[in-house]
Amino acid sequence: MVFIGKAIKYGDNVSTDQIFPGRYTYQLLTEEQMAEHALEDLDPGFPARSVRGDIIVAGRNWGCGSAREQAVKCIRQKGIRAIICKSIARIYYRNCVNEGLIPIVCPEAADAIRDGDDVSVDLDRGIITARGARYSFPLFPEFVRSILECGGLIPSVKREMQEKGRK
Amino acid sequence: MGKTFAEKVLGRAAGYPVCEGDIVTVYPDFCLSHENSSSICATFRSIGVDRVYDPERIVIVFDHTVPPPAGDYANSQKITRDFVREQGIRNFYDMNCRGGICHQILVQEGYAAPGLIIVGSDSHTCTHGAVGAFGTGIGRSEMAAVWASGKLWLRVPQSMKITVEGTFPAGVSAKDLILTIAGDITASGADYLSMEFWGGAVDRMSIGERMTLCNMAIELGAKNAACCPNAAVLAHVRARAKRSGWEVVWADEDAGYVRELHYRLQDLVPVVAMPASVDHRAAVSEVAGLHIDQAFIGTCTNGRLEDLRIAAAILRGKRVACRTIVQPASVEIYLNALREGLIGDFLEAGCVVNHPGCGPCVGVCGGTIADGEVCISTANRNFTGRMGSRSSKIILASPATVAASAVRGCVADPRRAV
Repeated sequence: MVFIGKAIKYGDNVSTDQIFPGRYTYQLLTEEQMAEHALEDLDPGFPARSVRGDIIVAGRNWGCGSAREQAVKCIRQKGIRAIICKSIARIYYRNCVNEGLIPIVCPEAADAIRDGDDVSVDLDRGIITARGARYSFPLFPEFVRSILECGGLIPSVKREMQEKGRK
Repeated sequence: MGKTFAEKVLGRAAGYPVCEGDIVTVYPDFCLSHENSSSICATFRSIGVDRVYDPERIVIVFDHTVPPPAGDYANSQKITRDFVREQGIRNFYDMNCRGGICHQILVQEGYAAPGLIIVGSDSHTCTHGAVGAFGTGIGRSEMAAVWASGKLWLRVPQSMKITVEGTFPAGVSAKDLILTIAGDITASGADYLSMEFWGGAVDRMSIGERMTLCNMAIELGAKNAACCPNAAVLAHVRARAKRSGWEVVWADEDAGYVRELHYRLQDLVPVVAMPASVDHRAAVSEVAGLHIDQAFIGTCTNGRLEDLRIAAAILRGKRVACRTIVQPASVEIYLNALREGLIGDFLEAGCVVNHPGCGPCVGVCGGTIADGEVCISTANRNFTGRMGSRSSKIILASPATVAASAVRGCVADPRRAV
């Protein structure tokens, strides 16, 4: 699977508080409403300027802090396809897999890509192409790939429970 | 080579020996959630099963919006109350005499115990390593899947060993130790690692001090943290454990670690984490005199009776010079503090005393701060905007430093106040 998008670039240590503030975290919001607050405390212009298919490119420790999965949902709801970063916080990584937002750790690509660049990602071969160069990233384990292909954990669990015929 | 705590505890749960890097499927002993349970309910229902896998393994505690402020918070709690009733979930802690902050309740009421696997839809689930459990945070959708299926996959992490010796000098506490470590290794320094705390100093620590250390492991990127259960832990667990089947599990002396650190408590001084990262550690003596608008004593990091005693000893007979909020971590702690006269000390000093919960830490209720304001707090996180306004700032510190600062209205050295 290959997809292409424009890069939106951020720095190091972007926390889930900046991606989706605590003051909204315990409200009953739809995913559309969550998207309106995406990156509000870091880049208030993000909801207006992001385009479906864009790719976030970040530095170290993207998504550090809280386990709030709205910090993944709000970005995915805006149509962001993937996050390419130098490193990613572990709960955020897991939430990405569960929500079908592709988390790619590739320090060289994250360093090289600039805001607005066209970026191509080949998931099958583990290759990012940007600025005329190619960068490798580790392939996802098979079971992670299968959750991503299902569209996330819940579709995957639904299928598993249906197959088991559990009621 | 021997095995680490993570390898042993996850191997025990999986039913066969494991090594770092292995993927295992485990059935957590307890699954913790709070006000996010209403969202988890909705996702659970979308899976299409009628009943949770095991209601006895689910623990729900209201703490982030207690009592609920204006907005949908009361409705959110109602959704959860209805679900709890429907599913027969008995481990439910509403805003009543049994309540408190979820991580405090889990340890206090005996859910967390040595060798158990605990997952929580809250990043500070790492706290439960304080009593020798494997505790780790997951997202809401993942929790819904665990409610339905009873299980989840975990990757066995590599481990970091931190050995601590000596005794605390006056005015220095476990919070200063973990803030010192945070400043040394930074916010991603324990990325994907299991943190193990060793050494004579840790052996002598109270459950509360161990909770302070393990609580902040997530702030360093860790998957979980743990201490080997000592006599205090075992006495508490034997008296209160909710279920049998717990067992002390600890790393072998010859286990392998990717990183090892050593600390002597005598070398420590009171420290703070300046805005907006735990990387920005400073000695209190370097930043004393910085103006503060609000002081906050509480949270899962430092809201226990021992923390309130330290704060009350500094505030007793004085008046705070800035807004000060004190929030015991559970009703049990609140009642004990009341009986010891600490609540009277706080009120007479001019503090606001909140019902047990953690709303102010996450900027939801109970004491948010205004544009441009500075709050000194015993919480675990000082990210931009966390306590309410994007232009506000948070300084993290120990209960003694926060209390001393509240008296002066600026960052102050607790060694001068004790």
